[in-house]
Amino acid sequence: MSILVDENTTFIIQGITGREAVTMTRELLDYGSKVIGGVTPGRKGRDVHGVPVEDTVRAFTARERVDGAVVVVPPAFATDAIFEAIEAGIKLIVVVTERIPRRQVAQVVEYAKQEGVRIIGPNCLGVISPGRARMGGVGGALESTNRAFKPGSIGVMSRSGGMTVEISNALSVAGLGISTAVSIGGDAIIGSSYAELMPLFEADPQTKGIAIYSEPGGRMEAELADYMTAVNSRLPVVAFMAGRFMDEMPGMRFGHAGTIVEGRADTTAEKIARMNAAGISVADRIEDMPVILAERIAKGS
Amino acid sequence: MRLYEFEAKQVIAKFGVPLPKRTMARTAEEAEAAATSIGGSVVLKSQVLSGGRMKAGGVLFAETPAEAKAAATTILALTINGLEPTGVLVEERRKVVQEYYAAVTWDGRAKSPLIIFSDMGGIDIEEVAEQHPEHLSRTHFSNLRPFSDYIAKVAVSSVGVTGNELGALTRIVSALARAFLQYDMTLAEINPIARLEDGTIIALDSHMDMEEEARGSQRALLTELAISDDETRQARPPTPFEIAGGQVDASDPRGVAGRVVEFDGNLGLIIGAGGGSLTLFDAVRAAGGRAANYCEIGGNPSVGKAAALTKLVLSKPGVEKIAVMMSVVSNTRADMMARGVVLGCIEAGKDPAETIAIFRVPGSWEEEAVKILQKYHVEYVDRTVSLFEAARRAVAKLGGS
Repeated sequence: MSILVDENTTFIIQGITGREAVTMTRELLDYGSKVIGGVTPGRKGRDVHGVPVEDTVRAFTARERVDGAVVVVPPAFATDAIFEAIEAGIKLIVVVTERIPRRQVAQVVEYAKQEGVRIIGPNCLGVISPGRARMGGVGGALESTNRAFKPGSIGVMSRSGGMTVEISNALSVAGLGISTAVSIGGDAIIGSSYAELMPLFEADPQTKGIAIYSEPGGRMEAELADYMTAVNSRLPVVAFMAGRFMDEMPGMRFGHAGTIVEGRADTTAEKIARMNAAGISVADRIEDMPVILAERIAKGS
Repeated sequence: MRLYEFEAKQVIAKFGVPLPKRTMARTAEEAEAAATSIGGSVVLKSQVLSGGRMKAGGVLFAETPAEAKAAATTILALTINGLEPTGVLVEERRKVVQEYYAAVTWDGRAKSPLIIFSDMGGIDIEEVAEQHPEHLSRTHFSNLRPFSDYIAKVAVSSVGVTGNELGALTRIVSALARAFLQYDMTLAEINPIARLEDGTIIALDSHMDMEEEARGSQRALLTELAISDDETRQARPPTPFEIAGGQVDASDPRGVAGRVVEFDGNLGLIIGAGGGSLTLFDAVRAAGGRAANYCEIGGNPSVGKAAALTKLVLSKPGVEKIAVMMSVVSNTRADMMARGVVLGCIEAGKDPAETIAIFRVPGSWEEEAVKILQKYHVEYVDRTVSLFEAARRAVAKLGGS
């Protein structure tokens, strides 16, 4: 099993005629994902690698089942595209677009919650369940995706798209492999946090452990720590915390939009202490993650 | 992007928040003239993008225009946390009976905007939250429905404020929330809000941060506040090296060579991308290395951009070698990165084999990259060598120097 996507997941790409989206469409088709169409206003009737293009999301949902949408439109039009997908009844929306102001992100996230829609991102690379399906650009071309993402037992969640691949690669090299990897997005407000995705991994029998990539800024690690304390999780969680040098430089912006040390709780030292207290192992290096996971899975904790 | 106090006050004034009489002065003479026209006792406040102004001596009082001139001279010469003031705000001095605190910010965990209100203003709000939680309210509100005044009323009333103060404070908090939403702020704060002897309530100090991503859509406000595009408003002013880094990035739309930040080490870093850069910078430190810079290169940069960044980093005094390292980057062409950094070395008059301590860019077209690097005898590692190991090897090469 997997979470969020599987071999039967059908989806469309909003903004499909953009340069990067065209490449992504090729890669997704190569991977075997069920891309059933794309939307770019005014381009109805064209196709991208054989995938039909329509002016509206409704044009697809009116005639067939559409499980998901990948949003790759420019930031100024992104929230409009997300509203359109929600209104059309799509229940899983992966927002790749970056640099959307958080007021707009909070708006679509609030609306999605009301409508029972799951949003992944924004500012993410998407979701992949190795060997089954992929939504979004994570992994790149087929050969490179297959190298980094071997099917296996670890669920991956990462605030960085690039580090989703790096960590998955390390887990694949170590022979543990990936059940599902989710690039959750690097912004201050995102559709799905670690803690919000944990119940999905809990329910997935293929997943035996969790690897997360974490950064300074925000309260998402505290939320995960609270979740792990409150729930008797069967899954060992190992985190890697990047940006430790930023603790000494409050107010300076490095990395993603959500990565800035503003208050005490934003520092990596504070986050590491909180996670440790909640039973989450914090690895000093990426290559230690599979070692710790293997040990904890073997011990049954 | 942080606003100066005088700018934040300009913003809340647009929404009807009552403020003391005030004039922004850029020189001691202007401050003297401002004090004359305001009349009576005045307060002079350093306009600097840093907290802790009072402690640092950036806030002074004056009874006469001559005193105001002297105080302004002191303040204008005073650097606070490494930042120079852009001017001094001269305000009428009012006698305060009680202070309140109000802020609107984003709660990333609740994914909604949040009003924080307290009737214990003027002091550190985190301290109030810890020691006097009953004096602090947190009120989340919908970002989907239009803002309504009752939300501000609930925030104010929750700490026990009633009577005439409730109405006046509701109007101020409501105005603050509307300013926050309309102008894409990440923080809009008034601290303190002051009740004066005659019962009127005014805003004495204000702090606002606008979202970096909203600079484009908020151009009208930025123009109104005369904030130019090249003002970064970071926690410290950019160095000439960092400004040059920004120019390298702007010179070519292909790829990103973003957020070049200067440090004082001997190992130049050409690293990427977002999370990869944070990880690699830590990895260099963990290996005992001293980085000369931070950067975020990615998004498939052109040969020219990679070369220009390499040349810039090599031009920095004290840089002995560079390390070219990225996390697994499926969308970046390793061969173009290799060509770029080799070209950058050669153009800087350096031997790539000696200068490039390590090259780890697991991207596309890796075989081509290997050929180029072999030709120039540069050490190359693939994705089976971890980021931490790559950083360790790079630092080890500087060991004897």
